[in-house]
Amino acid sequence: MSTATTNGKTAARTARRNPIAGILTWADDRTGLATASKKQIRKVFPDHWSFMLGEIALWSFVVLLLTGTFLTLWFKPSMGEVVYNGSYDQLRGVSMSEAYASTLHISFDVRGGLLMRQMHHWAAMLFVGAMFVHMMRVFMTGAFRKPRELNWIIGGLLLQLGILEGFAGYSLPDDLLSGTGLRIAQGLMQAVPVVGTYVSFFVFDGEFPGDAIIPRLYTVHVLLIPGILLALIGAHMLLLVYQKHTQWPGPGRTNENVVGYPMLPVYAAKAGGFFFIVFGVTALMGGLMSLNPVWRFGPYNPSQVTAGSQPDWYMGVAEGLLRIFPGWETHIFGFTISWNILIPGVVLPGVIFTVFFAYPFLEAWITGDKREHHLLQRPRNAPTRTAFLVGMMTLYGLLWAAGGNDILAVTFHLNLNYITYFMRVAVFVGPVIAFLITRRWCISLQRADRDRLLHGFESGIIMRSPEGAYAEKHLPISVDEAYTLTARDRDELVQAPTPADENGVANRKVRMMRLRARLSQYWYGTAIQKPTAQELEEAQHHAEHELEVHEDGHQHLESGDYSGEYEFDGHAADGHQFDGRHAIEGEELRKH
Amino acid sequence: MTEHDNPTGTTPQPRGGHGTDVATVEPAGDPIADPGMHPHEPRPTDVDEKAARRAERQVATLFGLSSLFAILCVVSYFAFPIGDDPAIILGFGASNVALGLCLGLALLCIGIGAIQWARKLMSDVEIVEARHPVASSEKDREEAVVALNQGISDSGIARRPLIRNSLIGALAALGLPAIVFLRDLGPLPGGDLSSTVWKKGMRVVNDVAGTPIRPEEVEIGQLINAEPGVFFEENAEGEPKFEGTHLNQAKGKAAVILVRMKPSDITPAKGRENWGVDGILCYSKICTHVGCPISLWEQQTHHLLCPCHQSTFDLADNGKVIFGPAARALPQLPIMVDGEGYLVAQSDFHEPVGPSYWERGER
Amino acid sequence: MRLISARLSAKRRSPLAGLVVLLLGLLLTGGAYAVLAPANAQTDPADQSTIAKGRSLFLVGCASCHGANGEGIVTKNGTQYGPPLAGVGAAAVDFQVGTGRMPMARPGVQAARKKVVYTPDEIEALAAYVASLGPGPAIPERDAYDPSTIPEDERNEAIVRGGQFFETNCTACHNFAASGGALPGGKFAPSLRGVSNRHIYEAMLTGPQQMPVFSDGVLKSSEKRDIIAYLNSIEEAPNYGGATLGSLGPVSEGLFAWIVGIGACVGFAIWIASSSVRSKKGIKA
Repeated sequence: MSTATTNGKTAARTARRNPIAGILTWADDRTGLATASKKQIRKVFPDHWSFMLGEIALWSFVVLLLTGTFLTLWFKPSMGEVVYNGSYDQLRGVSMSEAYASTLHISFDVRGGLLMRQMHHWAAMLFVGAMFVHMMRVFMTGAFRKPRELNWIIGGLLLQLGILEGFAGYSLPDDLLSGTGLRIAQGLMQAVPVVGTYVSFFVFDGEFPGDAIIPRLYTVHVLLIPGILLALIGAHMLLLVYQKHTQWPGPGRTNENVVGYPMLPVYAAKAGGFFFIVFGVTALMGGLMSLNPVWRFGPYNPSQVTAGSQPDWYMGVAEGLLRIFPGWETHIFGFTISWNILIPGVVLPGVIFTVFFAYPFLEAWITGDKREHHLLQRPRNAPTRTAFLVGMMTLYGLLWAAGGNDILAVTFHLNLNYITYFMRVAVFVGPVIAFLITRRWCISLQRADRDRLLHGFESGIIMRSPEGAYAEKHLPISVDEAYTLTARDRDELVQAPTPADENGVANRKVRMMRLRARLSQYWYGTAIQKPTAQELEEAQHHAEHELEVHEDGHQHLESGDYSGEYEFDGHAADGHQFDGRHAIEGEELRKH
Repeated sequence: MTEHDNPTGTTPQPRGGHGTDVATVEPAGDPIADPGMHPHEPRPTDVDEKAARRAERQVATLFGLSSLFAILCVVSYFAFPIGDDPAIILGFGASNVALGLCLGLALLCIGIGAIQWARKLMSDVEIVEARHPVASSEKDREEAVVALNQGISDSGIARRPLIRNSLIGALAALGLPAIVFLRDLGPLPGGDLSSTVWKKGMRVVNDVAGTPIRPEEVEIGQLINAEPGVFFEENAEGEPKFEGTHLNQAKGKAAVILVRMKPSDITPAKGRENWGVDGILCYSKICTHVGCPISLWEQQTHHLLCPCHQSTFDLADNGKVIFGPAARALPQLPIMVDGEGYLVAQSDFHEPVGPSYWERGER
Repeated sequence: MRLISARLSAKRRSPLAGLVVLLLGLLLTGGAYAVLAPANAQTDPADQSTIAKGRSLFLVGCASCHGANGEGIVTKNGTQYGPPLAGVGAAAVDFQVGTGRMPMARPGVQAARKKVVYTPDEIEALAAYVASLGPGPAIPERDAYDPSTIPEDERNEAIVRGGQFFETNCTACHNFAASGGALPGGKFAPSLRGVSNRHIYEAMLTGPQQMPVFSDGVLKSSEKRDIIAYLNSIEEAPNYGGATLGSLGPVSEGLFAWIVGIGACVGFAIWIASSSVRSKKGIKA
């Protein structure tokens, strides 16, 4: 606004014509936001469906905040005992905690309450699910590489907190299922060596179940974790805006720029629209698909249990680990160490998350890559990493299935015990097989890309030589595609230190350097590199040679050579002029 | 490589006039030069006013539909009663389904409309924004370091270690109240986990109903989910002895199951020969793995399965673990018949029930 | 006792009368008197012709596993091929045959519910014959299992009570919504949906296959009826929150969250980011 430099009359007129400008001026006079936002308003975001997976998580979080706030208006986080007197006939007159009674009240006596409860629960499952999908996308495309390692870690914290938050929410209604979940959590705490019983008594204010856990979890669920989640989401987004989004390589898309649509209006409309879509999908799910029918489970009672007692899906891995672990326990000096709970419940999740957080640094160390990366890698171009992810996904899937082994058994008429035995082996073998297959698969795809660059694409045009041999004509790919295929880094092996370098370096360091060189060798070992300019040229010469027209005006097939590179000669069959590859103006079927 | 002389060659050609000589590119670099962005291709809505108007109508219709669904949602709110006589559509709770459907469609229409608007009518010219290095410039870094050092040196923290160290000590000491203040989160465990309310002569009663059990009422193959009789007793004031949290805590340890097998099938361990009554045995209902109540009893195999993690115990063989993650046998409660002919406990459990813990000992 | 003596006199005329009397006498003296109580409920004493008809059906359809006289068959390894049937009672036959579990198509760990092979008359005859082998629970009277016999004003209370018994005694195997659950070794607790009230009652009474017995002595007849009332009430209740997704708990819910929820959102994302149709006309002047 230039109101300051014009006379009062003009300014007044401008303000009247454009009240928004007036408000903006008022705000900027006090905050100076114009400087900060002038670039952000038209900030560029690249467009790709896989960049919207994180948005699903973000928008489900917003849905969670909205529906969750609605639920707090009626939910009573108390384990005080009341006699139910609400609308659900089958439980009228039963003693239960206030938490459970108020959950029933929300479900049966608040219009829209059941919908909000179900939406809240579905959104929670979507929230964690979308974080997982988003994380896999980031991992598979190498978007966690420098300078984005911090955002990878923030994302990992978000995922962990999201899972915790979900578990806290799952425990709040105090129905039979949530109580069973808490009982298992208490068993895990109690198994921790030395301090286990103390931790359990402090968390539950005495013996399980006590009367404190639900009010305490409620504070954690509605205040503590959402607060941290909000702060971390803020940091995640700020870093994203500051570093600008990664993009796929392509014509005009380089490591030094970002190509896409401006925040206002296109991205705002798309992201805003997507919020409504995620919200709408959640509402439809909440309206049409029943989940966690707490009234069927009944109030928690430490002497009751139901078949199909499972946690929500995101805890399925922990559940699967607990289920398939053998019953190992050690008694030593009068003390008990429960490996059967400790390892699957405490140690392995710790190991998994440590590897998770350390991964970007591990990979950077192995590859020796310290450059900034803003262009994404196709999964095939990082075969070892992609294979590692698929191995982990396989492990995750197997453990998840192991966590539902009873449901699998009853649904598919399988033997429960055999599923467990199978899983005990499969969790070791399956990921390795998946890793090896994926790695080979990626390398084959890389090879196909290379062939396409060097020899062009299969045109589908079958040529017949005068000798009667048939061959398919290969045509060159477009320059855009060729550029996109080659817009990736050449993998560089880390060199093992030479004896000369080793002089004066501590033994340990030399060993680490050797290990690193070996890992690097394995990491990149068999990957296919993009062709060099020279190779491209040679391939072209080869093609030219083959396509030389002989003196008699025809091509001749060299004996034993069916490579299929022939000059298009003679006429295509009638009708092929309409094959969609050419402009059809002026073309017509030949007259006979 | 010469340019444009061989349009059928397999090497892709750089577009237009800015093709670089590929042969000069280093092997490590890109063998193909960046052909640059495409010129913007218009959409039908960019060039055809009719198409644009059609898209406009489409978007407006979607937004209009959204308002309609929002109104329908409000109508459903009042039209379909809930409570003890709910309206039902096709076997579903009408209120929930109608509200969810209308709300969902109202939201989806806004979302789809907005996106259709962006896709069809908003400018779709791609914009290029240059990236700047994430790191600050070398000069800025140096200035920051200088400023930092200036600040540190002005504070004198390096020159006066006494202040520094005593401050560190003070801050560390503040951690103590932060931890100690949490002490009253709960009582110390003491021996609470090693005993239950069971004691000599306490009746074993049917859960829910609270009726005492005579051995002759129990058939072979029978399973009874039972509790200590004290849970159903009242004190002098006519109030239950156990209720609410207190009851749940006691139940979490004392819940038992009674089963009856053919005495010939049972192989009692040494010292347990007299723990049952005519093949009726009583076991803790709390799994020794992580504490789920277990009552999936197979009467023919005498196996008891935990529905949570599938630990399986053989009740004919002293509750031994035969499958799954549990490490310890299910504790057995010795029972006998009292003077009135009802089943009662001989004593409390001889070992702590439920999941293992560090100090539970080797019992 | 009047009914029992009537039954005995009826059986004395049958070819197996001697054996039956002997068995019955042994069992009575063996202290199994209490078990006889449900047998008292048997209304019409099976007459000889029904038992004879039952026996002929038994010899054709059941004897190959259970033995010609229902004494059971033990395999060479010492395991039961078909268990002995003396003392299982008419209720067990009515349940096993009336739900199609017996005759089994082939020996296996568990007989599953399937199409009923015999007519009601034939089942009655089989039941009468097996009941004649030894005293056991009789087919219950309608009053015992039919919740509609509960007075209207007490019915809700009965349903609530039944729910408590159900949660305590049944959900561990049959799941919170009675949709069934897994047991060790390929066995399973079946879904209770669509099972007739009488068969549910008989199952509790007789403990078929791996299911434990819930005898009338401990779980009173009226308490069983309350459980049935609860089961009927949840079967009649609407699905308040929409489709039940199999009522199997969080596993199937998680599956739907991924397939429907994540699936739909990712589908929309693909649509949002897809490039729209381009015009070949070129930009208007």
